[in-house]
Amino acid sequence: MQRLFVLLIGVMFGIVLTKSEVISWFRIQKMFRFEEAHMYLIIASAVLVGAISVFLIKRFNLKTIQGEPITIKEKKWQKGVVIGGIIFGLGWAITGACPGPIYAQIGAGTWLALATFAGALVGAYLFAVLQPKLPT
Amino acid sequence: MDWLFETWPWYIAGPLIGLSVPLLLILTGKTLGISSSFRHWCSLAFPKSQLPYLKNNDVRKESWNLIFVAGVLLGGFIAANFLSARPPQLLPPEFASLEGVVKLFIGGILVGFGTRYADGCTSGHTIMGLSNLRLPSLIASISFFIGGLAMTWGGALFAR
Repeated sequence: MQRLFVLLIGVMFGIVLTKSEVISWFRIQKMFRFEEAHMYLIIASAVLVGAISVFLIKRFNLKTIQGEPITIKEKKWQKGVVIGGIIFGLGWAITGACPGPIYAQIGAGTWLALATFAGALVGAYLFAVLQPKLPT
Repeated sequence: MDWLFETWPWYIAGPLIGLSVPLLLILTGKTLGISSSFRHWCSLAFPKSQLPYLKNNDVRKESWNLIFVAGVLLGGFIAANFLSARPPQLLPPEFASLEGVVKLFIGGILVGFGTRYADGCTSGHTIMGLSNLRLPSLIASISFFIGGLAMTWGGALFAR
């Protein structure tokens, strides 16, 4: 049941990303060129809704529908947040796709996104190799 | 119902993307994130790898994340084939060349490496992390933008 919910929320996520053109290279370019507010408004309203939800979940100590306590995985500070973050940004502007959109692009039949996906897997493997030597 | 087949406005899309945060937490107990899936695929591809990053990864426990990204892919399929008046043009046609594919591949390497080093992407840091008011996620999101702006503006100069 839990897995079905995960799949369905993923489907919703993919449909919304595709229908709002967040997965379009052109929209990402227009964002980085400050030519339109579309992406900024999507990100801002998504964070607003997300933040209110998280606040309410914490405030009322909500549980999952399975009755378990909700624990949010906390992101920790390390130098990679900046270094890796900038490296990701460079790739984001080239490919016009962050990780979610890579999957949605493939689903939408943009076969060229398979090259982006293959690169991302190589990049993740490269990180696994270099991780012991990278500053944290 | 025509609007459904057009581009969805930000005030529909943004809140729905934000809603995926509580939906995942309440219905499944999971924290939104996409880029960790790259790590899981690598762990699955190299089950005998001695690299700590791949070895110390409980893919069985994290398998929900691979189901989630499969859903995102399926969502892209449904949106493009059943909810669009015309097939969406997502990349400039110039990418359909050897040079274009190499560009996407190299860009993909930066995306895969960078998101893993940063421990998150636009989903895990910008949507989930900022919703959770995490300072590292704010710093990460600013860094994503610095990289993107540098490539968009600096890269264009470089190409000329």
